[in-house]
Amino acid sequence: MSWIPAPVSRFFHRTSSPPHFYALADRFIPWLTVIFLLLLGAGLYGGLYLAPTDYQQGDSYRIIYIHVPAAWMSLFIYVLMAVMGGIALIWRMKLAEVMLISSAPIGAGFTFVALVTGSLWGKPMWGTWWVWDARLTSELILLFLYLGVISLYGAIEEKRAAARAVSILALVGVVNIPIIHYSVQWWNTLHQGPTVSKMDKPSIHVSMLVPLLLMAAAFKFYYLIAVLQAAKLELLKRETTSQWVKTLLEKQA
Amino acid sequence: MSWESFLYMGGYAVYVWPAYGVTALVLVVNIVLPVLQRKQLLRQLTIKQKRSQAR
Repeated sequence: MSWIPAPVSRFFHRTSSPPHFYALADRFIPWLTVIFLLLLGAGLYGGLYLAPTDYQQGDSYRIIYIHVPAAWMSLFIYVLMAVMGGIALIWRMKLAEVMLISSAPIGAGFTFVALVTGSLWGKPMWGTWWVWDARLTSELILLFLYLGVISLYGAIEEKRAAARAVSILALVGVVNIPIIHYSVQWWNTLHQGPTVSKMDKPSIHVSMLVPLLLMAAAFKFYYLIAVLQAAKLELLKRETTSQWVKTLLEKQA
Repeated sequence: MSWESFLYMGGYAVYVWPAYGVTALVLVVNIVLPVLQRKQLLRQLTIKQKRSQAR
């Protein structure tokens, strides 16, 4: 990679070395947690208390403050995983493999949350817990993709080989992402269309929009904390016999 | 607004609060599980290391 300037490539090499990354994660997690809690507190206060009741949906609409950010995260994390998969396949970078597999349970969690909260919102508003329409079905497929990544990785003993298989699965599954995003425009459905991404004129009032964006930001920081915790575990599991783990154990004892 | 009317959620409490509850549960599990597993792994590794040093 001669076209990458030397200091940048040195930075990446150092950061992606397991002991350095492990120490860096430890240093960042407290700060990320503080920011996450502040955003979460502000978002919940704004969304559950300050924001006015919806004139059509009453207070049931307050589910939006977790449903929409969770659904955004379910797509965002999958795209990240596909990018990590690409990096892992091309450059054989260990840290990309670790980040990919560490992201999967968090993405699966957010997908599950999006589906369950959507169901709990759909019952009072649509009169049904579930419809087999394009949006709901493609989001359910996303959950299966996440679970597929987790179980495929678990099924292959040799972890470098497992990571390669999982990278390919993550890359192939990414075709589902635009399908989920555009499903409400391409097909007729009970699910409402986009409210926020119509940037010229979002069809949501500011007092309702601000808490939504705060919650979305909070979930992003949550993801960073959770993925670092999972990556620390995965690194330790993979490198139990290496020198830096021995040093780490000696320091703790 | 009183606590009661806040918790009542305009009659939608049975939908709103379980939604928030499930979300909280999933988010907590995805942090707590890797932390506990790492602590356990570190404990095992420490025991192993002590054994190999004693030999």
